[in-house]
Amino acid sequence: MSATTLPAAPARPRARRLASWLDNERTLGLLLVAPVVILLAALVAYPFFTAIRSALSDQTLADAGEFVGLDNFANLFQDDIYLRALRNTLVYTAASVVAKLVLGLALALLLNETFPFRRLVRAAVLLPWIVPTVLGTMAWLWMFNPNFSVLNWVLTNIFGLRGLPWLTDPALAMVSVITVNVWRGTPFLGITVLAALQSIPPDLYDASAIDGANKLQRFRYVTLPLVMPVLLTALVLSTIWTFSDFGVVYGLTQGGPMNATHVLATLAFRTGLTAGQIGEGAAISLTMLPLLLVLIVWQLRRIRRSAVA
Amino acid sequence: MSRKLSLERVLFLYAPLLFALVFLVGPFYWMAVTALKPDSELYDGARSPLFVAHPSLEHFVFLFQKTEFLRWTFNTMAVAAMSTAIALCMGIPAGYALARLRFPGVNLVGTSIFVTYLVPTTLLFIPMVQIIGGMGIDDSIWALVLVYPTFLVPFVTWLMAGYFRTIPPDMEECARIDGVTRLGAMLRIAVPLARPGILSAGIFAFTLSWNEFIYALSLVTASSQRTIPVGVLTQLTRADFYFWGPLMAGALLGSVPVAIVYSFFVDQYAAGLTSGGVKG
Repeated sequence: MSATTLPAAPARPRARRLASWLDNERTLGLLLVAPVVILLAALVAYPFFTAIRSALSDQTLADAGEFVGLDNFANLFQDDIYLRALRNTLVYTAASVVAKLVLGLALALLLNETFPFRRLVRAAVLLPWIVPTVLGTMAWLWMFNPNFSVLNWVLTNIFGLRGLPWLTDPALAMVSVITVNVWRGTPFLGITVLAALQSIPPDLYDASAIDGANKLQRFRYVTLPLVMPVLLTALVLSTIWTFSDFGVVYGLTQGGPMNATHVLATLAFRTGLTAGQIGEGAAISLTMLPLLLVLIVWQLRRIRRSAVA
Repeated sequence: MSRKLSLERVLFLYAPLLFALVFLVGPFYWMAVTALKPDSELYDGARSPLFVAHPSLEHFVFLFQKTEFLRWTFNTMAVAAMSTAIALCMGIPAGYALARLRFPGVNLVGTSIFVTYLVPTTLLFIPMVQIIGGMGIDDSIWALVLVYPTFLVPFVTWLMAGYFRTIPPDMEECARIDGVTRLGAMLRIAVPLARPGILSAGIFAFTLSWNEFIYALSLVTASSQRTIPVGVLTQLTRADFYFWGPLMAGALLGSVPVAIVYSFFVDQYAAGLTSGGVKG
């Protein structure tokens, strides 16, 4: 690469022409992004169209299948397991994101105070977010174990209550998977908002204090508006990740008991790969698209606006 | 605010902090305690489960002698290192181009890359299984080396574009006046200046692939080619039977490398993740 870019000797007009062609802003720009564009076309856009083609066919692992139009989608919307998974996904996303928002904001405000071992505490609370999801989820699976649950041990031996069927009761199992998702995602919101809090110039607080603003007013009129752009971006990311999450539910319940905790991703995995119904599985995955598109478009428009401002 | 232990500080700072620590870090304590307990103690209902009476390394020994854990570790590292290298090689130049150069379609390319950064892997894993199967590289870590860049490259490109925009272009412009080519200005001036950004992009990319699960689970089924998350989950559970000791030992060992890396980069971490999205 570098051989052609060094200033070429005048005696070699060809090399020189190549060098000046390469030095053209348009050419170089296109050359530098070309590998990324090719990769994304081959391994993101192409799979995406393959998914659409599969979803419109009755393809299985063993058989290429035939075009069936929108049959897969029509069947899904009459399938109780699918409808349950769809509802679960929405509940899982809404409940987890709201909890992560509240706890993450609280965590950020706490970590923004000064106290002993602050750096250590900050690194420690980030752990759930940075370790592999499935490995952290395994610790929870063991904590929810019907016979040796440490949570139940604490409930019975320390608080004098009865142990709970964490993953075997359908309603409680939803609460359990949501709890683990909140456990994993809260540090992300917390640390992101904390970074934003720390970039607020202290003068602003001093000025508002001089103007007679109390603590609550300072939070409402100084902290919140300045943290908002970062908070919204973190929320969009968190919503997308929660909505499309696979690891937590797969690790804890694999969709059980009796399909009570299936979300779209785990149901797509079971239908498409475990059961081999590629067409139907692809269709399930694609039904995630509308909400994802809304979030993506919304985020894109926010970026545009902030780039203009 | 006074630094001494007032009731207010206990109620509104230390108590919530303690709660946060128990909730967020507790499971790791439980992981470690379980990993260090011999089976005789682990399944003894009469003892307090919260402490270890006789620490033992039997589960770690089991992990290394009776499972392919070492192999999984090697696989995980190899995949993460190679896919990160690919992501940096493609993402740094593309990020530079998006930040500095005007060329036809620059906005379209930038938008597409950002959109693919937001597209979750669970949307595409089924066709990916078919495509990788069709290429005949299923059941090997090469499938993952090929596929991981699909989510790492958009991430690195976006992050680097944001980083290059924070570097004033003056030095590159001076060098251009002195006759350095655009490519030379990028390689010899902008890239060295962007080293902190490259470092964090590389670290994030490495841990993203270290932690990846659904592709590793669905693209690779041969036991010897698994990564740590998939290996631990599939090999240490048999139908309804779980090897809890080795499972927790494996979870602990699989988490330690990323935990160490991040403990040095806590501050850059989240800032990096959202800066691309906010300051775009």
